[in-house]
Amino acid sequence: MIADQDLVRHLSETSVSVSLETPDMTLNIGPQHPSTHGVLRLVARVDGERAYDVHPVIGYMHRGYEKLSEVRTYPQITTLVNRIDWVSGYANEVPFIVAAEKLMQLEVPERAQYIRLILTEMARISSHLVFMASYPLELGAATPLFFALRERERVLDLLESVTGGRFHPNFNRIGGVKPAYGSGSQTRKVVQDLPAGFFSETRDAVGHVLGVADEIESLVAGNEIILARTKGIGILPVEVAASYGVSGPNLRASGVAFDLRKVESYLPYDRFDFEIPVGENGDSWDRWWVRLAEIRQSVRIIQQAIDGIPSGPLQAKVPKVIKVPKGETYVRAENPKGEMGYYLVSDGGQGPYRLKIRSASFSNLSILPWILEGVLVPDIIAIMGSLDFVLGDVDR
Amino acid sequence: MTSFLTDLFSNFFVSLAGKLLLVALMIPLIGMAIGFAEIKLSAKMQARIGPYFAGGRWGWAQLIADGVKFFQKEDLIPEAADRPVFKIAPVIVLVGTVSLFVVVPFGPGLIFRDLSVGIFFALAVSSLTTIGILMAGWSSANKYSLMGGIRAAGQLIAYELPLILAVVGSVILAGTMSMEGIVRAQIEAGYPFVILQFVGFVIFMIAALAELSRIPFDMPIAESELVMGYLTEYSGFRFLFFFLAEFASMFTLSAIAVTLFLGGYWLPGIPESVLEFAGPVILMAKVFLLVFTMIWFRWTFPRFREDQLQSLAWKWLIPLALLNIAITAVFKVFL
Repeated sequence: MIADQDLVRHLSETSVSVSLETPDMTLNIGPQHPSTHGVLRLVARVDGERAYDVHPVIGYMHRGYEKLSEVRTYPQITTLVNRIDWVSGYANEVPFIVAAEKLMQLEVPERAQYIRLILTEMARISSHLVFMASYPLELGAATPLFFALRERERVLDLLESVTGGRFHPNFNRIGGVKPAYGSGSQTRKVVQDLPAGFFSETRDAVGHVLGVADEIESLVAGNEIILARTKGIGILPVEVAASYGVSGPNLRASGVAFDLRKVESYLPYDRFDFEIPVGENGDSWDRWWVRLAEIRQSVRIIQQAIDGIPSGPLQAKVPKVIKVPKGETYVRAENPKGEMGYYLVSDGGQGPYRLKIRSASFSNLSILPWILEGVLVPDIIAIMGSLDFVLGDVDR
Repeated sequence: MTSFLTDLFSNFFVSLAGKLLLVALMIPLIGMAIGFAEIKLSAKMQARIGPYFAGGRWGWAQLIADGVKFFQKEDLIPEAADRPVFKIAPVIVLVGTVSLFVVVPFGPGLIFRDLSVGIFFALAVSSLTTIGILMAGWSSANKYSLMGGIRAAGQLIAYELPLILAVVGSVILAGTMSMEGIVRAQIEAGYPFVILQFVGFVIFMIAALAELSRIPFDMPIAESELVMGYLTEYSGFRFLFFFLAEFASMFTLSAIAVTLFLGGYWLPGIPESVLEFAGPVILMAKVFLLVFTMIWFRWTFPRFREDQLQSLAWKWLIPLALLNIAITAVFKVFL
């Protein structure tokens, strides 16, 4: 018996002594790297092609918007917040403005709300098209990029024609929206709000977006290599997603039909008929598919909104100097990247006392150490790309 | 005068110098032609125009401008790099490619050297490229380069075997390993071997893509993962060497595929006397057809993962290639 144990020990020791010593390598991915979506840095322990202890380092993009907004007036803050997630700048403005309006108990005119809604959905389409462009590129296919960005350009042109800006529209005003460029002052009785031909051009553009969605689907979804690279890669179970606060398309890809557009009432989404696309397995493929399906749903919403847009004023009556009454509120919205929320505390002054920004990408990125544990190096890129975050949205 | 020229060129050293000059001219020219085809075709596939201004029309001088730009760049060598290995790696890659030109028959008798083991030579020399890549990856003192180099080595082991096995079918049918002899055999048979060796042809092309590390098998470079793989630390004319080598080996590997499977410089129905002049043109046309396919793949497919490539090679291509050899051998013996 004793001899056996000795033998076992001897064998275990010899196997240790003859095995090759292969120290792990620390791999720094980023902050300058082609596919970290800006300046994310990942520190990973790499054993051959397998990565362990992936540790995201963030903060390279921090611009201090929460602190800055304490020394800005409410109308000035929209310029800050539409730089948070610059891929869908317009969508960032809306929840902040709604929060201020909620504290001021303003009744926003219907038409302004519809315009906000149409432009928010356009921002969603443009953000998802950027994802449709960049994700295959990260997997090595360069061509879908050009098709997706070509149609995104139409949408951005429309956004520009209404707001004057492609990425940073700065279009929302407390109590309504800005009248279109060159259409006269806000105080005049009759203002032309949307540029001429906007509706027909939008119908045309969303038609093209549907076309490119089909094109991308046949180009990407019909490709065996893409399927092999994404199916079953980076599975995100519902419980884990919920515990990390993952939201938006990433959560829906895991099978949760949760969409703030159906739950909250920051914009009149309840008047439109649209579905919440939901994934099955929560893998990278599902995250891709959910976003493609959301593009089609956004097109549906825009078409309905254009048909049903009421006429009327663009602005509620607001005082010249905007002061928000004392109080605090939290408004959250379904942004393209996920749940975006503003916790606004006002002490009755011209600017917020405190503005806490809850951005979607920050929570979506916090899943990285969990989801990247033990995956292959190529899969790091495949999973990271499928989570679709923007570093401006992470660091704020 | 004519006799003087004949005498001059029958001198071994003079003819060697002439051949060297020819190859030295051919490689940049072919590299530029394929490079230009690549940028213009990719633009077409991606709804772009591509280079437009250099040279005045169609941007034809774009690659010349790029080449000049590369020569102007600072020749950077990382401080921690293994200097001699770092310097010699691009040369080895280019030499591996250039040597392939030796055995490509451009027309009847128009071959640099008709080796009796021509195809064997070609396969042996083509794997030199990977050794150069491994050296580049190792000597750069960069983790991304190292991973790229190791991936290239893994790719070599996985893909050299199907490449060689795919060739065997044609060699059995021709009964010779000489490249010229294989074309002759196809002329005598009256059909290109691709008709009987379709499986072999497909396997050869897949393996050639992996050998070239082009998409869908560009894992050693993998821009979105490894920055630029083994090329990360290279700049200036050393980078240009790699670039030229890639385009030139696209040409040579396609030329070998054409010779083995598509009848080389021969087209059915064209008499021997015409082939002497038309041979190179026919070969070029066929080669560019294959090069076009490679470019087409490059701009259509995403890339595989390293382990998926290994399982594709070992589970599918090698058994298929072996089966192909067995069937071809039976066919050759009994029919």
